[in-house]
Order: sequence, then C-alpha cells, then structure tokens
Amino acid sequence: MERDNLLVTILRGIALLVVGLFFLFPLFWVALMSFQTNEQILRIPPSIVFEPTLSNYWALISGRLVSNAGILEIKFMGNLWNSVLLSTTSVALALLLGVPAAYAFARFRFRLSEDIAFTLLSFRFAPPLLVLLPLSLYFQDIGLTDTYVGLIWVYQLIALPLILWIVRGYFEDISPDIEHAYRIDGHSWWKTFTRIALPLARPGIAAAALLSFIFCWNNFIFALILASADKQPVTVGALAFVTASGIQYGQIAAAVLLSITPTLLLALYAQRYLVEGLSLGAVKG
Amino acid sequence: MAFLDLDRISVAFKKEQVLKEASLSVERGETVVVFGPSGGGKTVLLRLVSGVMQPDSGDVRLGGRSLLGAGPEQRDVGMAFQNFALYPHMPAFENIASPLRARGMAGDEIARRVQETARLLKIDHVLKHFPKELSNGQKQRTALGRALIAGPEVLLLDDPLRNVDAKLRYEMRIELPRLLKSFGGAVLYVTQDYKEAMALGDRVAVLLDGRFLQVDRPAEIYRKPADIRIARLFGDPTINLVPVKPRLGANGPEVDIFGSRVSLPAQTGHLLDRDCMLALRPEHIEVRTEPVDGGIPMELDAVTPLNVRTVLFLRSQDGREVLATCSEHEQGRFGRGHRAVHAAIDFGRALFFDPASGTLLPAAA
Repeated sequence: MERDNLLVTILRGIALLVVGLFFLFPLFWVALMSFQTNEQILRIPPSIVFEPTLSNYWALISGRLVSNAGILEIKFMGNLWNSVLLSTTSVALALLLGVPAAYAFARFRFRLSEDIAFTLLSFRFAPPLLVLLPLSLYFQDIGLTDTYVGLIWVYQLIALPLILWIVRGYFEDISPDIEHAYRIDGHSWWKTFTRIALPLARPGIAAAALLSFIFCWNNFIFALILASADKQPVTVGALAFVTASGIQYGQIAAAVLLSITPTLLLALYAQRYLVEGLSLGAVKG
Repeated sequence: MAFLDLDRISVAFKKEQVLKEASLSVERGETVVVFGPSGGGKTVLLRLVSGVMQPDSGDVRLGGRSLLGAGPEQRDVGMAFQNFALYPHMPAFENIASPLRARGMAGDEIARRVQETARLLKIDHVLKHFPKELSNGQKQRTALGRALIAGPEVLLLDDPLRNVDAKLRYEMRIELPRLLKSFGGAVLYVTQDYKEAMALGDRVAVLLDGRFLQVDRPAEIYRKPADIRIARLFGDPTINLVPVKPRLGANGPEVDIFGSRVSLPAQTGHLLDRDCMLALRPEHIEVRTEPVDGGIPMELDAVTPLNVRTVLFLRSQDGREVLATCSEHEQGRFGRGHRAVHAAIDFGRALFFDPASGTLLPAAA
C-alpha cells in the first residue's frame, strides 16, 4: 500500500512536471530572450548561458529602438497604455450594459427575449472580418475611425455577449424567493437588485469581467483596421518590431512579457472566480 | 368586513387554472390554516397576498383597502418561505434585521429588537452565523424571526415546518400557536399536514380544485367534512369508504354492508334507495374477539401498533379492506392478528356522501 502510494505520488509529480514544462517552457524561453541581444538569441546552437542585458526593456521604455540600421522611434509604452485604456473602459461599459441586461434575461420572459439573447451570443461566433469592412466604411462616415470611442464601441462585440451569458446563468441560479423575501421586508426593487442580486452573482460577474478583459486585451484585428498608430494597443503595436533591418526578437520578447503582465496579474488575482465562474455560471444557459 | 379579504381570486398558469374565484376572509388576531394537497395553489395564494404575484381577477383587501397594484414592499406583510429564502451573504442578525432596516430604524433599536426576537426563537447564540452555518431548524427560526420582527399586519407562513426534522416539527407545533397568539395581525399558514392544520389553525380553509371547499374550525372539519376528499385528507388512518344503498327494512332503514345486513339510525331515512358513499372513521369501529349484538363478522389481517393507537386491518366477508383503531392496552387481545373478529360499528356517526359530486349529504333534521 505504502509503496503504491509513493509510486503514484512520484508518477503524478513527473506527469505534472512534464505538462508544466510543456506549457510553460515557451514562456520561460521568451523570458530568457527578453534579456538577450538579437545576436545572442540568433546563436546556433542556442545557449542558456548568457550575459543578461536590460537594453530591450530600456528601448521599449524610452521608445528608441537602436538597431544596426539606425534609430527607430517606437510607441510601445503608448500602445501598452492604449491597451489598458481600451480594455478597461470596454469591460466597464460592457458590465454597465450587460449586467442589468443579463438580469432582465434571467428574471423576465418577454417577447423575443431568447432571440435577442441568441443574437448577442452570435456576435461571438461570427468572424470579425465579416463585419470589419462595412464597419470601417461606416466609421469613416460618422467620424469614429481612429477614436477611442469607436474602438470601445466595437469592443462591445467581444465583451458584451460574454458578460451577458455568463452573468445570466448566475442570476438564474439565485432563487427568486430570496429577492421576493427582500422586497417583502420592505426594500425597493433597486435595493433588491444592488443588495441581493448583484452580491450573489459577484463571482460570475468577476469571472465574466476577467474573461472579457483578456479577450479585449488580446484583440488584434479591430484595432489594426479601425485605428492608427497612436490609438493602437500592444497587439498591433508589436508589429513595429518587424523592421527593415530584421526582426527585433529581443524587444519582441520584452514586449510580450510586459504586455502579458497586466492580464497575468489580474488572472492570478481572480483565479478563484474564474474557475468557479466558468464551471458554474456558463454551463447553465 | 373582514381584516384580510381575498375576494373571488383567479389565477392561471398557461392553461392551468390554479385558483378559481377563491374567496377567504381572515380576522385580525386569527390564524387561518390553508390546507390542501401539493400543487393546489396554496403557495400561489400567499404570493398573491404578499404582492409577489398579481391575480388575473379578483381583489385582495387589507382593512378594506385594495392591495392590487401595490408592490411587496408597500404591503406591510411578513412571509416565511418553505425554502427559508435566507440571504446567504448576510449573517443571521442581518437576515432578521432586514425588515427593520427597510423601515429606517436606528441601529441600536434594531440591535435590541433583533436580540429580543432571537431570544424568543432561541437563536440568540447564532446571530453571527451565516445561513450555511445554521442547522435547518435554526434557518427556519431565522426565517420566522425575519417574518415576525417588524410586526406586520399580515403574517404568511408557507409550510415552515416542511423542511425540518420530525422532533423539531413536533416542538414547533407546540410553540407556534403561542407565538402566533402573541402576534396581533392576521396569520395565513399553509400546510399539507392535516395534524399541523388541526393543531395550529383557529380555522382551517381547505383548498381543493382552486376553491375553498370548506372553511371551518378544525374539529368541525374532522367531524363534518363537506366533501369526500376532505374526509379522506383529514384523518390518519384514513376514513373507510363504502358504496351503499340504504333501503327500508322491517325496523326502519337498513343497508347491506360488509356481507351483512345492518340497521341504520332513523335519521338516515331521507337517504333511502339512493346511491351513497358511506364513510366510517376507523375509531368508530369497535373490534371484539367475541360475538356482539349487531356486530359484523370480519377477519383480522394485521395489527399495526402506532404507539398510542393501534391500527387494525380488517377484511369483511365481501372482501373489503376496513381500517379500525383501538387503544394500546386493547391491542394485546388481538395478538399478531389474522383471526376472526366482530366489528361493532357506530353507524350513528357514519357520514354519507354523494358518490357523483362527492359532497356531504346532510343528516335529516
């Protein structure tokens, strides 16, 4: 028995290690690359032993890319700020619109309610390219091209359905009797929503917000087409590292690390909610 | 005009008519138990009074004023839900304090009143606990405390003892009447347990087929159920039902029953030559081991002791199953059962129902 258990423990440890290595090695390698110069990275055979340099990070922060072809101005920190701004505002707006809507879909059966909910969901599986061309034409007409407002609006296509469907499942899981009881106690409808429904659905709201934040952060195509350099997020901004004098692997690696840091921190913080939210709320639709 | 007045209320879900012009009046200080089988619209009735639902037609009046159109928060009712419906993210204290907070009461006054109510319900030691840390009995008392604390005009209790264990249910059946008496408003208490209905109700309103078939004092409902189904629902072991057709014999009305011909009391004279359903309470059948005058021979199939009372399963000569009861100390006479016995039936207390409509056929004047 004892030996069996030990064996199982060891095997499980090895299995976990293999899986962990498999998934984390690329990240680890990128992290190493970010502290190397382009020459060190392109060495053959590659080596894990090198003299670390902070020049990549320095180039990103100062916005001056020094290569053998000359000095190139980049706006990486601006891009990073754009990403933060766009994702945060988009998710905030989607929460403001989506949470009350999710509550309505969960609590009331009105005409076409299922059709409307499904239409919103279909935004998630329609390919973005399908809407991009007409959208960019319309945006030019109404002057929304290359504006934060325009991008945040389009990002609702990503964030709103996700929040709506996950949070709706959560609201449906709350017994209506709990809300009824609170109203019978003498509280208004609005207080019941804010003091009972919202706190009880909070894990779902947190999970949905985090997920849609990640999706917004990772979006590439909308910003590529609808915005110019000074409004673009990091996903598009990273293209600048493909220069005439070659691809700046070191800076790309540093940029990748910098740009995943906010989502990584957020995900670690809300991990509990994320797992719970995905396994509970979304299944019940 | 009564204090709480339900006036010809109808409600339908999809095509199913749950309440059909149901009317009920409750006086201030009175406890009316709404009794009926599950799915019979009892909970719907409470939801209508609380304002969580609106009736399709009819009116709900409190002190002569119509409540229709008023939201639950404007009605001054307290309600204890069958599933407790406690706020899971608040400790017991806040759960009970909720109606007082809604009324904007000062913090120290709230603390004092919650303590007082909690002591009354014996939950003052768990006020800091969250609902998931409470036992079912404590949850139920918390829900009760929340319903009671603000002293509402109407108290609605939706089968509050359904989800608690047998011991606690028994305790609460003794405690609740005292608690409800101390509460001045009108109480509507929903249950599907006839013993609870008998123990708690000043009056019992039997809800069947979306209507109140009978509203009366518990003893009256037991003694004179208005409908054959009420007779069946009230009483354990259940009432015996036998189709009969009384005829005029040499000594007045008589009837062929259980393979014998027996005389009926003279007041059944108006039922002659009419198909009836004769209903006999098990306690009105006295079972003897020796022949008795007017006794009907039967076979004893089984003896089931239920502590204070013992249920006897009899079989008549025409093959009918008959339930009778006897007291515990008489039980010894029958051993483990299966023997010939004689049943002396008190036909004077038998009830007669119309077999088609199920309504009680009144005794002749």
